[in-house]
Amino acid sequence: MVRDGRMGGAVLRSLSRLAEGYAASACAGLPLGIAIARSRPARVAIRPLVLGLQALPSICWLPLAVLWFGLSEWAILFVVVMGSLLAVTISTEDAVSAIDPLVLRAAGTLGIKGPRFFGGVLVPAALPGIVTGLKLGWSFAWRALMAGELLFGAGGLGQLLANGRDLLDVPQVMGVMIAIVAIGSAVDQLLFHFAEVRIRRRWGLAEAT
Amino acid sequence: MPIPTRTFAEQANRQASRASASNKGGVLDRLKEVLVPRRLLVPRRAREGDAKIAVQRVGHRFGNEVVALDNVSIDVHPGEFVCLLGPSGCGKSTLLYALAGHISPSGGRITIDGQQVSGPSPERMLVFQEPALFPWLSVTQNLTFPLRARGLSRAEAAARAREFVRLVQLEGFEGALPHELSGGMRMRVSLARALAMDPQVLLMDEPFGALDAQTRDQMHRLLQRIWTRDQKTVVFVTHNVREALVLGDRVVVMASRPGRVIHDLEVRLPRPRDPDDEALVHLSRRIREEIGSAEGRGRTAPPAPPSDEERDVAESAPAAGSLPDRAPDPLGARL
Ligand SMILES: Nc1ncnc2c1ncn2[C@@H]1O[C@H](COP(=O)(O)OP(=O)(O)OP(=O)(O)O)[C@@H](O)[C@H]1O
Ligand SMILES: [Mg+2]
Repeated sequence: MVRDGRMGGAVLRSLSRLAEGYAASACAGLPLGIAIARSRPARVAIRPLVLGLQALPSICWLPLAVLWFGLSEWAILFVVVMGSLLAVTISTEDAVSAIDPLVLRAAGTLGIKGPRFFGGVLVPAALPGIVTGLKLGWSFAWRALMAGELLFGAGGLGQLLANGRDLLDVPQVMGVMIAIVAIGSAVDQLLFHFAEVRIRRRWGLAEAT
Repeated sequence: MPIPTRTFAEQANRQASRASASNKGGVLDRLKEVLVPRRLLVPRRAREGDAKIAVQRVGHRFGNEVVALDNVSIDVHPGEFVCLLGPSGCGKSTLLYALAGHISPSGGRITIDGQQVSGPSPERMLVFQEPALFPWLSVTQNLTFPLRARGLSRAEAAARAREFVRLVQLEGFEGALPHELSGGMRMRVSLARALAMDPQVLLMDEPFGALDAQTRDQMHRLLQRIWTRDQKTVVFVTHNVREALVLGDRVVVMASRPGRVIHDLEVRLPRPRDPDDEALVHLSRRIREEIGSAEGRGRTAPPAPPSDEERDVAESAPAAGSLPDRAPDPLGARL
């Protein structure tokens, strides 16, 4: 399986889908979370919806996705986005709400406003929490993608796993499972853990070693 | 500059000798007691011209029904250095926050240059009781970031940051992050950041409370130098009477529950002022007595505990009466 290139192809396929879906939910989730934390109308209108939908396992979006987008790439991306968007949004909102009011007051008295305030104060001040949210969102996206591919059968690691089952090929099933675990924890540990530690240290939240 | 411990001891000595002199009824000392404070500390008289900051019958009640300010009226003229003095919890920070536009008082009016205060602005720079630095930015970046927001070019901002880091004596720490500095160093960065912004009005909330005596004296000199050079209007909150007398043209004494102004005094000590100057020490004692009696009149509560300063004095040179007559037996004798 590895030798005939099916594995490599499946990994690439899954990762590229993941990248698209995850990028979309990060790009939407960050502003959404900031909006909910900073504006009362947004909080009243969107927050209950976001919290409610979070209770829905992401794969439950698949039937709706198929009805809306047909058996296309879009359907599976939709499932990935719905899986991680809410987690990113909620964590971002938490992080922004938890910013030390003194930092915001200092920004006010120093006359920092507009885009400079958002990019230079709000996001950096919330960044440790935001990165934790992005990490959480990533692992949700990964799970949603695997579930989607497994049921939907449009290539990728999930379908390879389903094929293994159909062919009663235990080594293939286990090999794919190992690949899923390996990729999941590699990104988690290498990328997010590293970023998290770096940020916490710079922000003075962790003991310097 | 004298070493702090010696300073306190000397003061205590001076105070003690004065006390003994007046016990004997030294005419000169009596005269001094009566005359010196009269000339150097006078009730403030109304001044001509427009006030820079006008606080008119301001009251503030917090959500939990605490009356933090009650009918406070103060006007501050351009270039004045006003110290707000009062015990903890008397509403000094609340008043300062209202001046800065961070809270809107529940009653009364605050105007600056005739315009009602409606929100924070870099023209009314507030230096907080805590450093309030941006923890992800280095010392230099903490200064340059707001300067750039004010429209300075990168080079101008960098030059200005360098200058003010030097003024607060933090050369060598330009690249350090706030959490790598001591509390006093952080406070100095905060001061440098505020001064670098060159505001017309500086509102300072006990900025030097966390500094050691030596650094505090240096910061006092720096602040006085900048104030005289740049004609800033300063409102400076402190609960240290001597600090108020070293810095202020005017000392506004507040009392608590409800927070209100009980005295508005003009300080006529010549500048530059020495914190150990005899007249100044004397005035500070008089003001402390005044505060104590005002608090006592306000309500029947036990007298306020002595301020840090009083304790320092008392500890470094205990009065003869407070020592037990006989030293306790040395431990060795019992073995
Ligand atoms: N956010 C708040 N909510 C409710 N009550 C408050 C709040 N902030 C201050 N107070 C109350 O208002 C009163 C005045 O507080 P303030 O912080 O102005 O005192 P302060 O004079 O600055 O004291 P300190 O010298 O200790 O800093 C206090 O009794 C305090 O309990
Ligand atoms: Mg205070």
